[in-house]
Amino acid sequence: MNIVNFTPIESLTGGIIIGLAVAMLYLLRGNYTGISGIYFNVISANKSGFIWRSFFILGLLIGPVILSFFPYKNLGFEMPVTNPLLIIIGGLLVGYGTQLGSGCTSGHGVCGIGRLSIRSIVGTCVFVGAGVITVLILRIVGWVSL
Amino acid sequence: MIMKNIIIPLACGLIFGVGLVIAGMTNPSKVMGFLNIFGNWDPSLMFVMGGAIIVSMPAFLLIGKKMKSPVFNQEEGFSQQLKRNIDRPLILGSAMFGVGWALVGFCPGPVIAALTLVDGNVFIFFISMSIGMLIKKRVF
Repeated sequence: MNIVNFTPIESLTGGIIIGLAVAMLYLLRGNYTGISGIYFNVISANKSGFIWRSFFILGLLIGPVILSFFPYKNLGFEMPVTNPLLIIIGGLLVGYGTQLGSGCTSGHGVCGIGRLSIRSIVGTCVFVGAGVITVLILRIVGWVSL
Repeated sequence: MIMKNIIIPLACGLIFGVGLVIAGMTNPSKVMGFLNIFGNWDPSLMFVMGGAIIVSMPAFLLIGKKMKSPVFNQEEGFSQQLKRNIDRPLILGSAMFGVGWALVGFCPGPVIAALTLVDGNVFIFFISMSIGMLIKKRVF
């Protein structure tokens, strides 16, 4: 193991801001911030809660645009994998998997662990574990260099 | 109703998106770097989750417990719909999600927040993810 590109200050700051949004949505409106669930309910046109979920997604879209008018340390944007087939497979797996497993990084990883839910702690360990193994395999077969 | 249905969710989504960008979550190479524990490891994502949990945990476990209902939502109260059991769909779904997450370096929140970068590959991932979600709804 070799530590690289470590940005503890920026990442902790961003994490605290994310936590603030999660705490606000719960205390002010009573909802958990599970992005895969919120987004899925919008695109599947679920009438119940459609309006608030749509406005949350709208906020998620325009937040980064507003931020770009302010000075901050930009941590960049780079996609190590650009093969369209891999991107499509990855997207399908993320979409299908988050619905089957009822949660993603925000729902299980932040809200679930924040509530000390055993189910979400297990889910998070499984997706991080599967991710670690996948990146290892990608490197071994030479599809990505990290 | 305007607070509950428009202002609060819009503000929360906006703050969440700002946090994702500042944290570096909208950069797939940082996410894949975090999952690369057996190589050149970037531990940053642990700090993102840690920071988010430190702030949200007291809201769930302390402040929320002392409140009868959320400030702007007396009608529906705090969300209660959550499952507790550890079952096959949880394990299988999370494993599939983990593989997809690692293949590209995007999960649902960051890919939505990255859409305004107007990048073709981001768009391809976003559309595929949306289709994957709708397939799940149709198939099972």
